[in-house]
Amino acid sequence: MHKVVDKGFEALAKLSAFFVLIVLAAIFWVLFKEAEPAIETFGLEFLTNQKWAPNLEIFGGAPAIFGSIVSTFLAMIIATPIAIGIAIFLTEIAFEKLKTPIGTAIEMLAAIPSIIYGMWGLFYFAPLMREWFGGNGLGLLTAAIVLSIMILPFMAAITRDSMNTTPHILKESAYALGATKWDVIKDVVIPYAKAGIIGSIILALGRAIGETMAVTFVMGNVHRIPKELTDPATSIPVTLANEFTEADSDLYYSSLFYLALILFVISFIVIAIAKFYFLKKSRSAK
Amino acid sequence: MRGRKAINALVLTLSTVSAVIGLIFLFWILWTLASKGFDAISSKIFIYDTAPPGREESGLRNAIVGQLILVGVASGIGIPLGILAGTYLSEYGKNSKFANFIRDISDIMMSAPSIVIGAFVYAVLVAPVGHFNGWAGSAALAIMMIPIVLRTTDDMLNLVPTQLREAAYALGAPKYKVILQIVYRGAKAGIITGVLLSIARIAGETAPLLFTSFNNNFFTTDLNEAMPSLTVTMFNFATSPYEDWIDLGWAAAFILGSFVLGVNIIGRAIVKKKKG
Repeated sequence: MHKVVDKGFEALAKLSAFFVLIVLAAIFWVLFKEAEPAIETFGLEFLTNQKWAPNLEIFGGAPAIFGSIVSTFLAMIIATPIAIGIAIFLTEIAFEKLKTPIGTAIEMLAAIPSIIYGMWGLFYFAPLMREWFGGNGLGLLTAAIVLSIMILPFMAAITRDSMNTTPHILKESAYALGATKWDVIKDVVIPYAKAGIIGSIILALGRAIGETMAVTFVMGNVHRIPKELTDPATSIPVTLANEFTEADSDLYYSSLFYLALILFVISFIVIAIAKFYFLKKSRSAK
Repeated sequence: MRGRKAINALVLTLSTVSAVIGLIFLFWILWTLASKGFDAISSKIFIYDTAPPGREESGLRNAIVGQLILVGVASGIGIPLGILAGTYLSEYGKNSKFANFIRDISDIMMSAPSIVIGAFVYAVLVAPVGHFNGWAGSAALAIMMIPIVLRTTDDMLNLVPTQLREAAYALGAPKYKVILQIVYRGAKAGIITGVLLSIARIAGETAPLLFTSFNNNFFTTDLNEAMPSLTVTMFNFATSPYEDWIDLGWAAAFILGSFVLGVNIIGRAIVKKKKG
């Protein structure tokens, strides 16, 4: 009797583990199947075609792909130095008594739903952008800044965790040799935690590129490659969020799935690079 | 010597300044949420359903109940599957190729774009049925939940000392009993925290619900119908031109934000208590 239950439990657990694999494979398969009509119609030209005209049944993904890449890139340029600054502050500068509360606050902020960042962007930040740059305040730059603020706590928290893996004894040895804090950070902490820090930043990039709700409100949703950073634009998630329920033709629907497939492949690659290339070491060290 | 000290001072100042700038923005957002939400919250919110703009009797009852049902059903699917899968990795698969492969896959799924998961579930559970439904929303959330629960279960079970297992085996206990009665008990606090954090995480997700459970202006507990949620209501109301809808959006944001932060704080307290 025990043997049967024992085998049954193991099989059930194994099946659950398999389920994760099945879901991932199913996502790829279903996205591909649904995108197939669009892939057959437009081929790879979809990636470079700038025209998105649902009424003419012409769909080009270039503006959305461009918007995704540029907004994420800008957000990373803004957020990375600040996140590293916060991580340095939390690991090397702050008083012991400040480390935990500020660190916890940052982790809490990372848990705030991204739609709340989006709402703040729409009602408080976009008006500021309108004042500074004119236009309606919605656009690529606004989206990139809101995205950078949204990704900041996550990035700072995991970068800090990477820096914290540096053994105390190494740092203390350097201090004993007369190193300043910056010497320790630059010559001990960063070399030691380099792979972890880069991995953390790429992981944050993976999060940012698939982020929908923080940017949907403030991007403008215009299918054009913007001439200026402050012009309205769109991105893959924004297009999906705004148009998925409106797709009234098979080709329209299929083109949206084509975009979803592209996004999934991009984020899959980015996360895989972060996890397997940079974060492998820090994991096995655990 | 002086140069080194000057660079040190400069870098430390820059780091501190960037930390302050980052924190200012983040607390600005929190403050907005708290003040806007606090103004918009009233008992009406919990009594009435979402109504057309301009109506006095307008609240979020349907959205709150819908959100609870969606997250509840997703938890009912996601938590057992995640715990079982995590158990397999830690207790059976260990460091085998298959187990490590599943760990990698699960890590990738954890960061997959949530809107793509929504699109996937739409194709599988909404399009064939022909209408939006609550089951699809819960399924999308469950898919996001499993990798999180799996990961923490795997990590937490790993922390349980091998001697405990061996002691139980020595008494003649079969493996499933060792896992259910010894290993789970040892890892209880960690698993509960992981589960709570995963609930907080999916409760704030909007993108996977946009085209699965969609939205509904009426009160419903039927998972076969389109089901309202706080997040999708926020999305629709915040982009509307009506003052009272926007206020309701902030009220929804406040309720959701408080819930997510509250669950996070409880989760941390459990781990701390265990450690302390």
